[in-house]
Amino acid sequence: MEGLDIPLNHILLVACLLFAIGMLGLMIRRNIIFMLMSLEVMLNAAALAFVAAGAHWGQADGQIMFMLILSVAAAEVAVGLGLVLQVQKRFKSLDMDDANRMRG
Amino acid sequence: MTELLWLIPLLPLLSAIVLMVLPQLSVKALPQSLIAVIGVGSVGSAMLLTLTLALSGGPYPIEQTLWTWMAVGGFTPGVAFYIDGLTLVMMSIITGVGFLIHVFSSEFMLGDHSYARYFAFLNLFVSAMLILVMADNLLLLFLGWEGVGVCSYFLVGFWYQQPDNGRAARKAFIVTRIGDTAMALGLLLLFSELGTLNIQGLGVAAAGQWQAGDTMPLIACLLLLGGAVGKSAQLPLQTWLPDAMAGPTPVSALIHAATMVTAGVYLIARTHELFLLAPTAMMVVALIGLATSLMAACSALVQHDIKRILAYSTISQIGYMFLALGVGAWASGIFHLMTHAFFKALLFLGSGAIIHCLHHEHNIFKMGGLRSRLPVVFWSFIFGSAALAALPLTSGFFSKDQILVQVFLHPQGGAWLWFGALVGALLTAIYSFRLVFVVFFGVANTEVDKKPGWAMAVPLSLLCMLAAVGGLFAIPVDNVFPAVSEHHPSIWVEVVSAAVPLLGLSIAYLLFLGKQWSLQPLLRRPLSQRLRYFWLNHWGLDALYDLILVRPYYSLANALSSEPIDRLYGAIVWVNQQLHGLLSRTQGGRVRSYIASMVLGLLLLIALSLYGGGEM
Repeated sequence: MEGLDIPLNHILLVACLLFAIGMLGLMIRRNIIFMLMSLEVMLNAAALAFVAAGAHWGQADGQIMFMLILSVAAAEVAVGLGLVLQVQKRFKSLDMDDANRMRG
Repeated sequence: MTELLWLIPLLPLLSAIVLMVLPQLSVKALPQSLIAVIGVGSVGSAMLLTLTLALSGGPYPIEQTLWTWMAVGGFTPGVAFYIDGLTLVMMSIITGVGFLIHVFSSEFMLGDHSYARYFAFLNLFVSAMLILVMADNLLLLFLGWEGVGVCSYFLVGFWYQQPDNGRAARKAFIVTRIGDTAMALGLLLLFSELGTLNIQGLGVAAAGQWQAGDTMPLIACLLLLGGAVGKSAQLPLQTWLPDAMAGPTPVSALIHAATMVTAGVYLIARTHELFLLAPTAMMVVALIGLATSLMAACSALVQHDIKRILAYSTISQIGYMFLALGVGAWASGIFHLMTHAFFKALLFLGSGAIIHCLHHEHNIFKMGGLRSRLPVVFWSFIFGSAALAALPLTSGFFSKDQILVQVFLHPQGGAWLWFGALVGALLTAIYSFRLVFVVFFGVANTEVDKKPGWAMAVPLSLLCMLAAVGGLFAIPVDNVFPAVSEHHPSIWVEVVSAAVPLLGLSIAYLLFLGKQWSLQPLLRRPLSQRLRYFWLNHWGLDALYDLILVRPYYSLANALSSEPIDRLYGAIVWVNQQLHGLLSRTQGGRVRSYIASMVLGLLLLIALSLYGGGEM
């Protein structure tokens, strides 16, 4: 890894920020599509941390984990979009606060 | 004859059952004549059987065991009868006077909607009363005892549509129940101490186990006395009897004058062997009797309801019987019980006839002048009142004279008791002739709208005869009770005893018939007005019990009706509900808030693991 040498801490900081943004988005947004997107952001933050750590230690594990996360994200989006369709069908809206039938 | 003994209580019982069941089965109303034939006929047959038994002449006692009621360990009370002279006297009174009252009732109650119910209860009563007197053990006696109590309740509240009658019935039942509880305790005590409840066995066992004057017989006798006091309306439980007059008048004659209220006297006479071992209890019996008889006589002086006068006079006369029992004059007490049954039933039936013929008028001051218009009733009252006042040669004279003599001869304070009894006799004569003079003489205040028919007149005439000559009957109780001393007091005691009723009669004549004396100036004084009010309400006993028993009980019931103890459990429920509300609020169904709480929790855990310093 010649030339572009970014310290690990910076990358981890970015990953943390991404994670926080995703989490805030998840908590704040009401639209279920945006919530799914926020979830993707959080997954990517974790993936970034893995990659950066893998590069730092010079090991392939980080990249393998990234591949794993990528496939998990793909599966999650597949299931998530199916759910989105169902929510839209049942509640005629994408607002998650409308889907509160389990209220105690 | 002896084999048919069991038929005597069974016949009225069967008739009661028939009269209860038959009206329910038949489609249209039974003819009243049929009901009367069944109801009166059953008691009539019982009377004939009793007479046959009495005329067969013994040998007494007759014992008959029908079956063993129950067998628990060594306790085997039987449904068994024991007939001796005392029982025979009681049975004759119950069936004889009872039969006459049934005949009277058949006309008195004619036209009542519940004719069959009336005779059913009346027959049931006769049956229970017969069981009471024929029982050979105290447990069977107690069955009859409670049976007559419940019949009294049914019949006092017979016209239950009026709430006051229901209240009187409940009062009669509850007040006697206080005494009955004492009696039940007495039975338990006797059984646990002596191991039997058979009456003859009790006498033998008690004589073998206890000495005269021991504590144990005293307690047992006082408990039995409690039962007797409740049933016989003696101090301090006499308040129920005047109110029990709410029932039909023949019921008052049968239950509240002739038979049931004398059950207490019978009980004490029956268990006299126990009482002889407790001289203190006997003194208590005598004092209760004397006090009650004086109190009730004073109250009878000022009443204006004809039935209440008779009710107080009944209390007073039973007081005399208790006095006789207390001084050990058992036979005289029972003799007075018999003559009292005759003349008091006569007086009650007479008052029933007046009430029947006078539009249900009870107030004696609204009657007046009935002498020529209801001659049969007039003569009934003359004979009845003469016997009640114990005028010489009437039945009441013979019995009361015996009592007075025996009281005088009592070694402990006999003269004082005798003097008290004389005052009672004087008052008795005054109030009984006040009743006669006010009701039958003077001017007529209410029109007579019907005349008594033969079914009323015949029992009245027969009872007149009994009240007149009943004092000549010899009751066969010589073998039952220990002999009393044949010693006679000096002649002046007898003379005074005989003269006092005549004195009372003259006073009543001067006050209420002749115009020589007038009560008006006396009555205007505040003190005598207050005294009159005091006596009218029977010495304020009702108010006293109301104050110390009834009202505290009501307020306690009121306090408990809001269930203070349940409040504690209510509070536990309330706290749980509030917690549940709080927790269920967290289950808002909103995904975002779940996420937020997860994040918060996560942050908290991380913070703990970083800064808590402890092992996670």
